[in-house]
Amino acid sequence: MPSERELRRRIRSVKNIQQLTRAMQLVAASKMRRAQEAVLAARPFEARLRTVLNDLAPYADPEISPLLRKRPVKKVAVILVTTDRGLVGPMNVNLLRATLRQMAQAPGSAWIAVGRKGIGSLRRTHQNVLAEFPGIPDRPTTGDTNAIARAAVDEFVSGNVDEVHLAFTRFINTLRQEPTIRRLLPLAPEEEDDDTRVPKQYIFEPDPETVLRQILPRLIEVAVYQAVLESKASQFSAQMVAMRNATDAAGDLISDYTLAANKARQGRITKEMLEIATGAEALKG
Amino acid sequence: MPGLRLEIITPERVVHQDDVDMVIAPGSEGYLGILPHHAPLLTALGHGELRVKKGGTETSLAVFGGFMDIGPDHVVVLTDAAEHAEEIDEQRAEAARARAKAALEAGPVGVDEQRARAELSRAITRLRVSERRRRRP
Repeated sequence: MPSERELRRRIRSVKNIQQLTRAMQLVAASKMRRAQEAVLAARPFEARLRTVLNDLAPYADPEISPLLRKRPVKKVAVILVTTDRGLVGPMNVNLLRATLRQMAQAPGSAWIAVGRKGIGSLRRTHQNVLAEFPGIPDRPTTGDTNAIARAAVDEFVSGNVDEVHLAFTRFINTLRQEPTIRRLLPLAPEEEDDDTRVPKQYIFEPDPETVLRQILPRLIEVAVYQAVLESKASQFSAQMVAMRNATDAAGDLISDYTLAANKARQGRITKEMLEIATGAEALKG
Repeated sequence: MPGLRLEIITPERVVHQDDVDMVIAPGSEGYLGILPHHAPLLTALGHGELRVKKGGTETSLAVFGGFMDIGPDHVVVLTDAAEHAEEIDEQRAEAARARAKAALEAGPVGVDEQRARAELSRAITRLRVSERRRRRP
């Protein structure tokens, strides 16, 4: 059993830690609110763009754009969106594990790493990293993420990789975030049984090719932007929750230690009184 | 009366969402007006003024590129940026216009020139949209 003095010392140090985690919790909570608003506001754009692309499926001739061209898959690139900092619970680990599991089936893999945590893990395990994007700001704009999209498109169009997947942590709510992996390139519309839906007869202005050529790259950019926003919202949510748990755990520890310290103090006083009483008895005799 | 559902969406947020009577939009090939029951049309957008008519009143926005998906009962504008006319800061737009112009006059050089041209086009669009709004009673 630790001494009373030792216990008092521990209480002091845990209190300091608690102050720290509480401060980090508050910071994460305010960033979380902003990041959550941003991700929710941005979702409709990507969703709409996807429905438009699905409507366009009949016109999406692979001859129009290299982004639509399917090839036999020999090598798959993954854009792995992780955080720059830790203290976010198991978020990055979960994503990496899910991604590696899926990639185990691919014949060859390469990585485009976004976020310092992912960059570190991939380097440590000697993966083939094509590009690294550390330090994405907390409130990213499309300007920040378009470079990532461009890197992915370049690798795909040059034939270096035959598919590009996007791996990120999707934001569901403050307590739930989910590792998500989906194919980004080639841009094939979602498969549907065509009998159920009559394809819309579209008029294009100026013509289908021009319109498609404009839409397709935007879709890639927006998908990457959205993935980064999802990841940011997940990051601050996970961080806020992790720090709240830490603050609560510190509180529990403090009350445990306080109880132990008080018991020790009481024991000491009882012992002292006994000694005095015994001493007095001895003098009398 | 059949409605026309208008949605103006940018990568950052939904800018405008309403049931309207008519939309006049800056297509890449010129302005086009859309009434309900329009045939499905997909068009690229230029920089320009997007006018929305609803029950006798007209609002306008500046939109910058992107495209527009038109169906019988809906108009979805997916654009890089959109601003309500009343949100436009004329002084800032004027300053941006002057800066872009100066950059262009200083000499044409590669990427910077493209950026300056785009900047100039945006600034001019903003000023035009904002000015039209002031002229309206």
